Amino acid sequence: MEKCKAACAAWLSLHVVCEEGKKGQTCGRRGQGGCVIELDRVAMSYGGGELFGDISLKVQPGSFHFLTGPSGAGKTTFLKLCYGALRPTAGQVRLFGQDVRGLGRDDVALMRRRIGVVHQDVQFLDHLSVADNVALPLTVSGRDSADQLANLDELLAWVGLRARADARPAELSGGERQRAALARAVIMQPEVVLADEPTGNIDWEMSQRLLQLLVELNRMGTTILVATHDLNLIRAAKSQVQTRVLRISNRRLQLAGADL
Amino acid sequence: MTRLRAILAEGVALVIGDPQADRLVPPTGFTARLTTFAAGAMAFLAVFALALSLASGRLAARWSEELARSSTIRISAPAEERAAQTEAVLRILQATPGVAQARAIPAEEAAALLEPWFGPNLPLDTLPVPQLIEVVEESTGFDPQGLRLRLTAEVPGAVLDDHTRWRAPLVQAASRLRILGLLSILLIGATTAAMITLAAQAALAANAQVIAVLRLVGAQDGYIAQAFVRRFTLRALSGAGIGVAFGLVAVWLLPSAQEAGGFLTGLGYRGWHWVLPLVIPVLGAGVAFVATSAAARRVLRELT
Repeated sequence: MEKCKAACAAWLSLHVVCEEGKKGQTCGRRGQGGCVIELDRVAMSYGGGELFGDISLKVQPGSFHFLTGPSGAGKTTFLKLCYGALRPTAGQVRLFGQDVRGLGRDDVALMRRRIGVVHQDVQFLDHLSVADNVALPLTVSGRDSADQLANLDELLAWVGLRARADARPAELSGGERQRAALARAVIMQPEVVLADEPTGNIDWEMSQRLLQLLVELNRMGTTILVATHDLNLIRAAKSQVQTRVLRISNRRLQLAGADL
Repeated sequence: MTRLRAILAEGVALVIGDPQADRLVPPTGFTARLTTFAAGAMAFLAVFALALSLASGRLAARWSEELARSSTIRISAPAEERAAQTEAVLRILQATPGVAQARAIPAEEAAALLEPWFGPNLPLDTLPVPQLIEVVEESTGFDPQGLRLRLTAEVPGAVLDDHTRWRAPLVQAASRLRILGLLSILLIGATTAAMITLAAQAALAANAQVIAVLRLVGAQDGYIAQAFVRRFTLRALSGAGIGVAFGLVAVWLLPSAQEAGGFLTGLGYRGWHWVLPLVIPVLGAGVAFVATSAAARRVLRELT
């Protein structure tokens, strides 16, 4: 822990991030070291140019990470690596201890049932109601039983969308769409929630509400990784929960914190 | 056995479907109508191609069987010798092994045979029409070469025609027509597959966002593909069913062979053959299933 603090203060290149898991969390069924997400000397290139390289990271269960950096630094790409949507050009990505290189498309799909994802530009199935969209992960996994769906109403209430359950996604405001996306991301009770600029299109008040939901999830033991350039959001989160802030800068992943 | 059970279970699952999964893909009016129409039109044509193939088969079998068992002896002789030569030929035939029956065709019957070309009330006595003797063989057949030699020696004006010269090309033509019919069915099947593949690809491409969302929430490729495959298979099944129904009505309305005779009016189904077109919708659905499955696999791979 002391090592990591030192690395954070000195903005050292982050090859290994060590973090204690939340108390009471067990990681035995996960990969070596109990990490939910592990990147080992990962590099990513597009069109011959390197977006970032030599990135290593271990995300422990129950942790709350922010990923920040300038636009175009590769935050979205980084998140996509973390849920198996992209394969690194070099290095190794392990999700729940499994190397994504050895996973087929269907394996990745199964993996995503354990990782909820929220994008800035949320996509829904526009011909379905909000409730149906939120229940989508249950539907595709064949778990849309009455018991499972009974939790849907509770979940919609939690994100403040119970009254909008029958609305079409196009009828929702930006904040409501983000909350619906969060509800969809957590309905399978995933171990990890990844959010890519979740507050990018919504006002501050709504951002605070969404952050509150993420913090509550984290307090329940869910690992959270949020990519954002909104430093105010990070500061607001730090006042409520123990977070770790990572920054992609100059094609490297670094620990941030002292200036936030 | 296990594999068969798995296939059967898959087939049942395809028919019963998953109402929830079906709802995930938005209805696409254009491709739905296109698929149903294409399957219907192709099934309609397949009904006729099948009828053509079956009629050609019947014709080839009939020609082959009837002509192979019969021969004709033509007697070209002066009128005063004709009766004696006819008697002589009939005597020879009675003594020829393998000949079941022989009869001299009467003048009225000969006139009836020529009527399609010369019209009714033909004055046969004014024309040099030869006397014809119809020979029906036993199943063992007779020796045509031996009979020819004997006829040449005893009745010089008699010529044996065992139909081999023109039977073979006729039977061959009918057989080729049958093959053409079958080939047409294959081409119709391939065209149906191509059309449904294009429609399925268009539908999959148009639903790229839906596929992205489904993948994001953990849907496996098989689940996504099934939603499209089931939809296209059922569309093809219903379209082909409608096409076959129209095709059967059209074939049924064709003039019957008994009324006018001739090959074209015999272009229809006989007996249990009426059941065969009912297989076309099932085959159409099978073609759609395979075509859409392949298209879905390809598109899903490309969308990765």
